[in-house]
Amino acid sequence: MYGGGNTFEGIKTDSLAQEDPIKLAEFEARIARGEKIEPADWMPALYRKQLIRMIEQHAHSEIIGALPEGTWITRAPGFKRKLALMAKVQDEVGHAQLLYSAAETLGKTREEMIHDLITGKSKYSNIFNYPAFTWADACFISWLVDAGAIVNQLANAKGSYGPYCRALDRICAEESFHLKYGHHCVIFLATGTQKQRDMFQEAINRWWAPMMHFFGPADKISAHTQVLMNWKVKMATNDDTRNQFLDMYVPKIWELGFTIPDPALKKNTDTGRWDYTEPDWEEFKRVINGGGPCNEERLAVRRIAEERGKWVREALRSPKASYVMPLA
Amino acid sequence: MSEEQAIALKELLYKIADDQLILGHRNSEWTGFGPLLEEDIAFSSMAQDKIGQSYALYQMLHHAGEQAPDTVAFMRHADQFHNCVLVELPNGEYDFSLIRHFLFDTAEALRFDMLTRSSFEPLADLAKKIKGELRYHTLHANTWIKQLGNATPESIARLQTSLNYALPYALGIFEPSPNENIIMDAGFFQGEASLQAEWQSRVISILEQTQLNLPDWKTVTPILGGRIGKHSQHLQPLLDEMSEVFKIDPTAEW
Ligand SMILES: [Fe+2]
Ligand SMILES: [Fe+2]
Ligand SMILES: [Fe+2]
Repeated sequence: MYGGGNTFEGIKTDSLAQEDPIKLAEFEARIARGEKIEPADWMPALYRKQLIRMIEQHAHSEIIGALPEGTWITRAPGFKRKLALMAKVQDEVGHAQLLYSAAETLGKTREEMIHDLITGKSKYSNIFNYPAFTWADACFISWLVDAGAIVNQLANAKGSYGPYCRALDRICAEESFHLKYGHHCVIFLATGTQKQRDMFQEAINRWWAPMMHFFGPADKISAHTQVLMNWKVKMATNDDTRNQFLDMYVPKIWELGFTIPDPALKKNTDTGRWDYTEPDWEEFKRVINGGGPCNEERLAVRRIAEERGKWVREALRSPKASYVMPLA
Repeated sequence: MSEEQAIALKELLYKIADDQLILGHRNSEWTGFGPLLEEDIAFSSMAQDKIGQSYALYQMLHHAGEQAPDTVAFMRHADQFHNCVLVELPNGEYDFSLIRHFLFDTAEALRFDMLTRSSFEPLADLAKKIKGELRYHTLHANTWIKQLGNATPESIARLQTSLNYALPYALGIFEPSPNENIIMDAGFFQGEASLQAEWQSRVISILEQTQLNLPDWKTVTPILGGRIGKHSQHLQPLLDEMSEVFKIDPTAEW
């Protein structure tokens, strides 16, 4: 699921004045040369902070993202879909695991990150605050939300922080299977009965606005922080990734005979970019700040899972218990 | 193969396939809810193995004239399922899921080991493959039982409570098939009684390495009925959920 970089608010760059200017210049020169920064390397405090925030949000998005699709594992129609969806959602949980490990290299533990998730302190991708009512919604997520995530993740994989880039390389390889699986499911709905076609059209109608929100606020209203671009923390603007997604997937959706609920949506032959109705950014803000249809439910599920599993984690920390080899 | 034998073989295949499907389904319910991410992943791996194994067994049944795997799995009513009641019980807390996993997979690993010597060759061949997969399931169960069965007063107490609760159901795994004698005489399978004997000694050998206590077997009354389609109230809702989308239009391709 997901990628990073779409929930940056304005950041304060004052702390940069306190950094050693020689080290800072060296650091920036390395990044400009395309070198990767590794955990033991010197880095400005602001770089560390922003990366933790971004990787952590990404990790949270993977586990929260496993919930709306996860509820369809037990209802997937037929063996093939059931097996594939289980494997797909398992991958997403595995992505969370990889990403938490990548973030831990910057000094924040997984427990601390999960604590910040369930107390509402850190964010995750907004799109998972919407409900997956039908099987077709789950198919929309597997195909198109994962497609959006891949656009973000491919961009971020070219970033500057070594452990994050390596995690993303692995993640992107798995995501391409998710995309194929999702697309396959949608083709079956598109070429199936009228009921199946209607199910998917309704899913598009429900999910289009959150999908447009997925890439983050329009460039003209979002805090643009040049330093994060220079440091290769943020790799592409929100409008660029949104446009890339539209370019790749709108024709595919139309080809299958579905409509998209935006009369203004069309490729502008002059600019080579897509025109669309401006998404409702007030709604986006409201949802990301806790006002979406599923925010509370998603966090409650996570919180309950953490509480119910507490005795297990405590038992593993007991001196009588040695490390348990995970089965993966 | 005589007609009687063919019926007995189907009985054997159905009960094993149904066990795998239903427990696989339960295991998959842990996705997103595990006590740690590693356990979400482990239970999902085991779910995928089990459901894949049931699929292979239903295909074998399909070759023997039964309906296609999707139809068999998604369209039957609870009383047509032959799984033991143990596997259909809700996941409960992690302690119960772990104890069930341990008790069931210990039996399952032994069962498939025996089935590698089945006189029905396709089953013997499939058992060789499945046996390899189950090795990881028992390794996982044994490791965790030994860890949590020795760790904190809470973990030990929880496991003990779940063990006491699960044992009568676990003995239901070994409820003989209506045609048990034919199954044994034809050499399809050595039979539930010898499986149970081996299982008991295997369970004892693992639990001896923990602070958990096994009650006297004689005091444990098996909960039977699953093999003849008598289930708890938990199976039908599971099946309703499983087939919710499939039944929107069973003739559609999904
Ligand atoms: Fe994915
Ligand atoms: Fe993912
Ligand atoms: Fe995803």
